[in-house]
Amino acid sequence: MKVGLFIPCYIDQFYPQVGIATLELLEKLGCEAEYPPGQTCCGQPMANTGCERDAIATYHHFIDTFQAYDHIVTPSGSCTYHVRKHYDIIEQTEAVKKVRSGVLDLSEFLHDVLKVSSLDSRFPHRVGLHQSCHGLRGLRLGSGTERVVEPNSKLEALLRLVDGIELVELSRPDECCGFGGTFAINQPDISVKMGKSRIADHESKGVEVLTAGDMSCLMHLEGIIRRQKKNIRVKHIAEILNGAPL
Amino acid sequence: MKQHADKAADFLRNEARADWHDEALWFVRAKRDKATHGVPEWETLRELASGIKEHTLSNLDGYLEQFEANARQNGVYVHWASNAAEHNSIVHGILIAHEVKRLVKSKSMLTEECGLNEYLAEHGIEVVDTDLGERIIQLKGEPPSHIVMPAIHLKKEEVGELFHEKLQTEQGASDPKYLTEAARQHLRKKFLAAQAALTGVNFAIAQTGGVVVCTNEGNADMGVHLAPLQIHSMGIEKVIPRAEHLGVFTRLLARSATGQPITIYTSHYHRPKAGGEMHIVIVDNGRSAQLGRQGYRNALKCIRCGACMNTCPIYRRSGGHSYGYTIPGPIGSILTPGISLERYSNLPFASTLCGSCSDVCPVKINIHEQLYNWRQDIAKAGHLPVAKKQGMRWAGLVLARPKWYGAFGKLARWAIRRLPRFMLYNSLNLWGKGRDLPEPPEQSFKEWYHKNRIKK
Repeated sequence: MKVGLFIPCYIDQFYPQVGIATLELLEKLGCEAEYPPGQTCCGQPMANTGCERDAIATYHHFIDTFQAYDHIVTPSGSCTYHVRKHYDIIEQTEAVKKVRSGVLDLSEFLHDVLKVSSLDSRFPHRVGLHQSCHGLRGLRLGSGTERVVEPNSKLEALLRLVDGIELVELSRPDECCGFGGTFAINQPDISVKMGKSRIADHESKGVEVLTAGDMSCLMHLEGIIRRQKKNIRVKHIAEILNGAPL
Repeated sequence: MKQHADKAADFLRNEARADWHDEALWFVRAKRDKATHGVPEWETLRELASGIKEHTLSNLDGYLEQFEANARQNGVYVHWASNAAEHNSIVHGILIAHEVKRLVKSKSMLTEECGLNEYLAEHGIEVVDTDLGERIIQLKGEPPSHIVMPAIHLKKEEVGELFHEKLQTEQGASDPKYLTEAARQHLRKKFLAAQAALTGVNFAIAQTGGVVVCTNEGNADMGVHLAPLQIHSMGIEKVIPRAEHLGVFTRLLARSATGQPITIYTSHYHRPKAGGEMHIVIVDNGRSAQLGRQGYRNALKCIRCGACMNTCPIYRRSGGHSYGYTIPGPIGSILTPGISLERYSNLPFASTLCGSCSDVCPVKINIHEQLYNWRQDIAKAGHLPVAKKQGMRWAGLVLARPKWYGAFGKLARWAIRRLPRFMLYNSLNLWGKGRDLPEPPEQSFKEWYHKNRIKK
């Protein structure tokens, strides 16, 4: 299966290992993943700040870059949600419709399209899963604690395929980490406080590795972990599924 | 005026207290979860409630007139107020006509919104709030910090201190039972002396012309039954078509608000008591303008349960007063821009758009989507700070151009790797306030891909 690989801007610049893990994982699972080199960003930073008009050129660029693919896979629930949900302000051409319906978060793609039922990876550590909000409530990658529905989580189902992994149960399984895009710098005090609360929950459960479907949450949490010299590592779910050693 | 971010920072300065506040409200959220998960048809109920409200809002004029006609038929005086000032003067007029000097009130966010207490006090009428939480903040001279639990920001020791000063309880006493009993005795006297009682309204039933008030303390009944004159103030959005719809909402309301299956009292007022008089004041105060706002109208579905506040990770860690409006939290942040886009332009940004508010909302208001949309409207109206506006314009230019993006990314990575710490971490770097920056790699993914996949 041929898929277009979208590596979000901050992963491209700061966390290339996450992009590499995503690519390797897709290749291992028999996908022909192509990375169109002209890609940049989905445009969310501007739009979430209220400036979606400033994002329109970026939206068009994204469509131009990915319109050749039936599936566009990205290791980010948040970027996926943005393209699917908020690219409604540009003209809905065939290309736009195709891209919006073709974009998939990595976990969603593995779980729903490839229907992965086994993985050749081992990760013998205590892992805490942070349910990134846009994936959880925007893409419904899991049930969430608010709604009265059958509990489920695509990310958790995938992680359970990894040999040796020990998933811990958190006191607050799906509270926001406080990143929120430009919120992190517009309201830094409360953003950091929210992150500290999340980390404390993981820490109290003896988590060695904190993982998530969105590296942006982990970038924020890692920043706090490093500042406070905590003994917790962060890894994107792609790295764990790909069997990266700690 | 201090913005939400600054007031939240002030609130967080006492971290232990912020943690206590967060835990207190999370406890209520957890109770809510337990209660809702005991109702297997919960999601259907939400859908139904949302639909009933949708229908009512689409036919609001008709239902309000039907309500008015049926209430009049029951012998109730019905008044219409287009804004807060009109509401206050109508209430004042009724009180003057009955020579009322002492009024007891049961909880009403609408009268908070209209500033009724202050208005009547200026005109020499004593207003006593009789809901315990409301009475506490009234004695303290503070606005409510939450719509269901108005004094949730205060600790029992602080209430003890306040009661010692105002109600002469023992110094240092903080036992909730003792303090509640003191408030009870104090309020009992006020109820007995009151010449009129005013309540808010949870639901107004068009079919019967009656109003329904939900309380846990029975204070609405105590006031209404003792005083010869009763007044009920309601927003135009409180009407529901038929009595049979009420059960849908009462099942949702208390579970969402406090995790109770139902409030202790659900009081129905249909007609004046023998020898008494009953008035209903129907208030617009910006609601019909909200109804006319495409994309924002369903904020009027709100039944004021407060669940969005309890679940909001920002509300819990910034306190309700940080929002600067009677109704704080997520729902307040989508209602206030309609009141003044400029004044409240910072509130839709007091969110990470995590979406928890929309998922707990018993009437399925798409709160986080409205927050996003208000941000767009605020930017279009020119109410964004200049730095933000210019920053986003530049970001938009860079991110639409692969070459600029590549060069800019490389420069940023180089700067973070090479610049000395004092140049990276200073007052300009708000990220660095409590967080380290990522440790940037030598090569981006794009560069890696070029070397390892394209060249190979």
